[in-house]
Amino acid sequence: MMRRLFLISVPYLWLLALFLIPFVIVLKIALSDTALSIPPYTPQIDISAGWEGLKGFFAALDMENFVWLTEDDLYWKAYVSSLKIATISTLLALLVGYPIAYGMAQAPQEWRATLMMLIILPFWTSFLIRVYAWMGILSQEGLLNQLLMGLGLISDPLIILNTNTAVYIGIVYTYLPFMILPIYSALEKLDASLLEAAEDLGCSRFKAFWLVTIPLSKGGIIAGSFLVFIPAIGEFVIPSLLGGSSTLMIGKVLWEEFFSNRDWPVAAAVAVVLLLILIIPIILFQRNEQKQREAE
Amino acid sequence: MTLDVFAPWEDPTEKPLIQFKGVTKRYGSFTAIDNLTQDIYAREFFALLGPSGCGKTTMMRMLAGFETPTEGQILIAGQDMAAVPPNERAVNMMFQSYALFPHLSIWDNIAFGLRRMKMPKAQIEERVEDMLRLTRMTQFSRRKPHQVSGGQRQRVALARSLARAPKLLLLDEPLGALDKKLREETQFELMDIQEKTGTTFVIVTHDQEEAMTVASRVAVMDHGKIIQVSTPPKIYEEPNSVYVADFIGDVNIIEGAAHKTSDDGYDIKWAEGQEPIHAKTTAVLNEGQKAFVALRPEKISIAEEKPEGAVNAVKGKIIDIGYLGNISTYHVELPGGVMVKAQATNTRRLSRRNFSWEDEVWLSWTLTAASVLER
Repeated sequence: MMRRLFLISVPYLWLLALFLIPFVIVLKIALSDTALSIPPYTPQIDISAGWEGLKGFFAALDMENFVWLTEDDLYWKAYVSSLKIATISTLLALLVGYPIAYGMAQAPQEWRATLMMLIILPFWTSFLIRVYAWMGILSQEGLLNQLLMGLGLISDPLIILNTNTAVYIGIVYTYLPFMILPIYSALEKLDASLLEAAEDLGCSRFKAFWLVTIPLSKGGIIAGSFLVFIPAIGEFVIPSLLGGSSTLMIGKVLWEEFFSNRDWPVAAAVAVVLLLILIIPIILFQRNEQKQREAE
Repeated sequence: MTLDVFAPWEDPTEKPLIQFKGVTKRYGSFTAIDNLTQDIYAREFFALLGPSGCGKTTMMRMLAGFETPTEGQILIAGQDMAAVPPNERAVNMMFQSYALFPHLSIWDNIAFGLRRMKMPKAQIEERVEDMLRLTRMTQFSRRKPHQVSGGQRQRVALARSLARAPKLLLLDEPLGALDKKLREETQFELMDIQEKTGTTFVIVTHDQEEAMTVASRVAVMDHGKIIQVSTPPKIYEEPNSVYVADFIGDVNIIEGAAHKTSDDGYDIKWAEGQEPIHAKTTAVLNEGQKAFVALRPEKISIAEEKPEGAVNAVKGKIIDIGYLGNISTYHVELPGGVMVKAQATNTRRLSRRNFSWEDEVWLSWTLTAASVLER
């Protein structure tokens, strides 16, 4: 009994120490006011003042920063823009990832381990270096423009770097494996005789794909989409390195509030709202996973 | 009263539904089907029987359209099927794994093929309900395939493949996944449904009992060739080769040299100093030619004393007894070390059984009990 209690308590303690306590601290900062001090916000908990001090502390907390988020249109525009960029990136990743996963699942058995390896291989290089490499590829004097101009396909260099296009390329490139792997794992399990049965019952190849393959890989599609969408929405590195001044993403706004403006309370409020926005897809994702498990 | 015997293969005016004409199928250097010619008639229940790798599944997949012959022609109802894809054939298949769509309910699984036919909705509903009734699955129609038992899945697969009312239904080891009792029940159900619907069935199986039970004709295959095609009783009683005799049921094969006797039978000399085996056969053998006597265990009588007037009688010693409940199989060693299996029904209870291990017994059989085979 004690043993079981101990085993169960481990993940809860983990969540408490690394998620719940930090979240409470961030929430507390979000309810505070900026101040020219270290750390740059008030009130601070003054334990020496006892009960009165505690009461004063709670009285000083307010929703002001959250109200501010609704007043300045920068924030909701950044949220909406982040949602838009994450949604489009997810769709693009699905469009690119599904054929790759399908090809992998169709490949001969002895090739599959190698192909899987090739998908995972980029993770062995630093994420930052890979994003910097894209700057080298996409810039005006970059490899892509040199190639296209060398081939005579274009006469003026394409402007890709520092636009939303570059952000899409970066996000799709970075998170593509997260899209491919769950879809591949769903497709790999697909029984080939189901497609033969569909053909036998009067489907063309394409119709069989649409009526059998797609529905049976739905779980993988949903899982992959969430795995791309959730990190993409709060993405900071890719938009700040590849995106331009017009690229508005909430991760960037948060960074600027925190480091440029040194407005910790507003930054914390932005983070809390972002978390609330993310909780919805995370819950949906969990529900999908559970449904998958029940179906098996 | 005379029963009309169903035997279209004996009627020269009858047009076959399926014709294999010199069909060969090669995968690289491996020949799966070797220059095969065979007719199958409408309303037949035709069984392809053979060990794994004999080409029976390839034959079926060529009928379904999943494989195309390397050489030769396959005709269904007189039409060359070479260019017809699986989805345009009036042929449906029941898969070994059943291949039910896991994301669709049983109802939708059965309706799947009908929806592809652009059938009006009301008609689809009616047809699905008919199929559910036929396979006794009406009350489970809303369930998903993983929510019903193996036997029920098998029935859904059958219903789905019958729904489009195909000219020809292919069954790939349809009962392989079922346990013995359920399999036997289902065999009779299959025959019943085949009769009710009047569909031509081609079944692939490696289970000879199953083939014998359900089929109107059985084709025994080996290495891409059909060795013998005949009705179940004929294939059992009159095998054309040792391979067929051995594949169907239990058999004793005794090798010897044939010598013609006066009563248009043969004497088979099988061991030095032993009476030759007398057997009557339609086969014509050369004097002294090597021949095989195929003798079914149940056709051998076993006795303590030498039976009087028996055409064939040999003495031997019981080495082993296989007790199967209703019958017992006696493994009897003949002089010269030849082992012969003889079967006797256990009409008396075990404690009062006549024979035991190490007993000396006489085995006897009639003139026509054995088949004499050349190969």
